[in-house]
Amino acid sequence: MADPMKIRAQMKGDTAEIRVLMSHAMETGQRKDSAGNTIPAHFIQAITVDVGGKRVIQGQTGTAVSRNPVFGFRVKGAKVGDKVVINWVDNKGDKRTDEATISA
Amino acid sequence: MDALRRTLLRGAGASGALAAAIAAGLLKPSQVLAAEWNRVAFEAKDIGGALKGIGAGSAADHAGIVLKAPDIAENGAVVPVDVSSNIPNTISLAVLVDKNPLPLTSAFDFANGALPDLALRLKLGQTSLVEAVAKTADGKYYIAKKEVKVTVGGCGG
Repeated sequence: MADPMKIRAQMKGDTAEIRVLMSHAMETGQRKDSAGNTIPAHFIQAITVDVGGKRVIQGQTGTAVSRNPVFGFRVKGAKVGDKVVINWVDNKGDKRTDEATISA
Repeated sequence: MDALRRTLLRGAGASGALAAAIAAGLLKPSQVLAAEWNRVAFEAKDIGGALKGIGAGSAADHAGIVLKAPDIAENGAVVPVDVSSNIPNTISLAVLVDKNPLPLTSAFDFANGALPDLALRLKLGQTSLVEAVAKTADGKYYIAKKEVKVTVGGCGG
């Protein structure tokens, strides 16, 4: 099981700024280990963000996203206290869901 | 949209169960589109193939896309990129790196108040153009590009 995400969600005016740090190796499948064997690709493929029970963002990612990915999103019309639920699934079927609450 | 769906389904062609589910009418194609990783686009080895894979083969340049990235990246493994679109009704953004072995890095859809504004960190194998594609609600694609010089690559071992 992967480490928890770090999620920060804060209101700036009428817009919630959401930043999330995911803990993931994001192996490209292009690298080789010291014995010369290709290290298999292992990367997050799908991300969803729900705010206040509504799906606001869904994305697909490939191997070119950096190790331990950081994403920043902005959601208009969200309120202090709204729950932010972020989920990812990787190419091996591992998944992780974490949540946070929007602060003022 | 139809063309995109077809490419997508061709990419998922190996999974017979999915095809059967569609044939049986269990899944609407739109649901499949939302759920299935766009293998064709993400595994395209050149920028043309990747753009075509997301349906943006003929995207026009547009100054309304704001693409922020460093001019020079010392570490190609972590290049901060900020993309936002001022084009009305932008519903998705995709970010590509021209010279990477697999150019498409990510594609995001926005709804229910989410602004078309995305910050992320990318790997760049070498000095390359970074390209941002915006899709509007009426199915049009627009593109903006910026070159990032890389002194140490991020894709080697």
